[in-house]
Amino acid sequence: MPLLEVSNMSHNFGGLRAVNEYNLAIEPGQIVGLIGPNGAGKTTVFNLITGIYRPTEGRIVFNGQDVTGHAPNRIASLGLARTFQEMRLWRHMTVLEHVKMACYSKFTYGLAGAFLQTPKRIREEAEVEELAFASLKMFGVEQFASHWPTDLPYGAARRVEMARAAVTKPKLLFLDEPTVGMTPEEMLAMIEVVRKMHETLKPAVFLIEHRLKVVSELCHRVQTLVFGQVIAEGTPEEIQNNPKVIEAYLGEEKVVA
Amino acid sequence: MNLTFFFQNVVNALQWGSFYALIALGYSMVYSILMLFNFAHGDIFMVGTYIGFVLTTGLVALSAAGIVVLPNWLILVLTIVLAMLFTSCLGMLVERIGYRPLRGAPRASAAITGLMIGIILQTTVLSIMGAQRVLYPSLIPTTAYTVGGVSVTNIKIMIVFVSIALMIALHQFVQHSKWGMAMRAMAYDYAVVPLMGISINAIAALTFAIGSALAAVAGIMYGMAYPILDPSMGILFGWKSFVAAILGGRGSIMGACIAGFLIGFIEIFVATIFPSTLRDLIAYSIILFILVFRPHGLFGEPYSARLRL
Repeated sequence: MPLLEVSNMSHNFGGLRAVNEYNLAIEPGQIVGLIGPNGAGKTTVFNLITGIYRPTEGRIVFNGQDVTGHAPNRIASLGLARTFQEMRLWRHMTVLEHVKMACYSKFTYGLAGAFLQTPKRIREEAEVEELAFASLKMFGVEQFASHWPTDLPYGAARRVEMARAAVTKPKLLFLDEPTVGMTPEEMLAMIEVVRKMHETLKPAVFLIEHRLKVVSELCHRVQTLVFGQVIAEGTPEEIQNNPKVIEAYLGEEKVVA
Repeated sequence: MNLTFFFQNVVNALQWGSFYALIALGYSMVYSILMLFNFAHGDIFMVGTYIGFVLTTGLVALSAAGIVVLPNWLILVLTIVLAMLFTSCLGMLVERIGYRPLRGAPRASAAITGLMIGIILQTTVLSIMGAQRVLYPSLIPTTAYTVGGVSVTNIKIMIVFVSIALMIALHQFVQHSKWGMAMRAMAYDYAVVPLMGISINAIAALTFAIGSALAAVAGIMYGMAYPILDPSMGILFGWKSFVAAILGGRGSIMGACIAGFLIGFIEIFVATIFPSTLRDLIAYSIILFILVFRPHGLFGEPYSARLRL
């Protein structure tokens, strides 16, 4: 049984059909890529599955549970984490706090713990900090733990976002254009980081990318989305040679990189 | 102005500033996470004061009738704790009924709703308690101490210390607890928080609860210092504390505390120099003048296009 199964999902923004009859199945541990030109509806697909938008039609089953129309916090707590295309970090919260925040549900202390250093709070804080540092270390950004996100170099900030998403060891991780705005060297480093993370935590990954290099290095399977519709699905090699995909990308330079 | 007179006024300003600061915190906290001003907050303060009044009167009557005999200090503690509890329930109710359905609506709608909820609270208290002013029962006999010519009452000392203790506790809560961390995260980027498995609605309700509980404490302490209550008392206090929240910087907790005390100081010292009928006119002209040069307040950040989904 797939970990995530989306069937016949459609979404309208007013009169615009942003996503049409979308289907997706991701097996545990699998890495699936989603490519397509700008404005194809890739991020909308992410927002629909993570519960930020409610699909107009269709059904989403995650981990055996129908989560269609559920609040994003409920879907997240079932083991789905994500990053954002434009980075979404909190100014005035340290990198360590970012990662601790993702472990919110691991804190179970009550009212006394909110104001006092109760033994339970001390123990939970220590446990979470250990997890947080392990995650920061996995992405090679543990030296920035006490920094503000605004002080970080771009590549490090992106890794912090990933460390925040991966710290809870999600079953399914959504990465929205992890290499956007990176130089080719940074991109290669990011591919290695994602690969290492996947080998360690073995989550299923759903990845939006513009660069075929990233997709062919990492993904087991790729979908191509154009105008809200999947026009091709297959292994990276099949997709790269698919005439429909080539046509859809004509004039799009990013895909060549 | 001699030194004794000066310190006398400092003591009074600290007391008034405590009321403004505690109420301003409610405005600021809600603004910081939801970007709306809860214009019913002044009336929540008023209801909190009346809840304190009913609790104290009730407990005093029970003691007098010999049913449950409680010492006065215990009545005070019970009044504060229970009034905080009930008023925070009221705050959560206001959020649930008044503001949650308007999440995503234009902000003017939320402002109008707040004003209407304020009127509803006032008229409800008016119909239950009557229009006549009520006298807050005195629990602790006022004792005045004279230190170097400056007269300080035990009530004033209590008010200032309780306020500062609550502010420190709030600071601890916001900076270090998991809920405070979620509040701060919501203040900077609202949309990411639920993706960490955190319910935005729960954090919003908690924020209203804390703000309302602080307003209830301010109300009870106000009742102890100035024991005459009427259902429209929340209006002026609400607006002045709202000014404190703006002066402190929208959404800034430390700003709200400092600006609350600052307004207390400005009001008291203006009144020592000018006739008291001109107090608010001059005091708030000064504040307006400050805001001309710092429109985003003392600790606020200039307006920026924050991303909200």
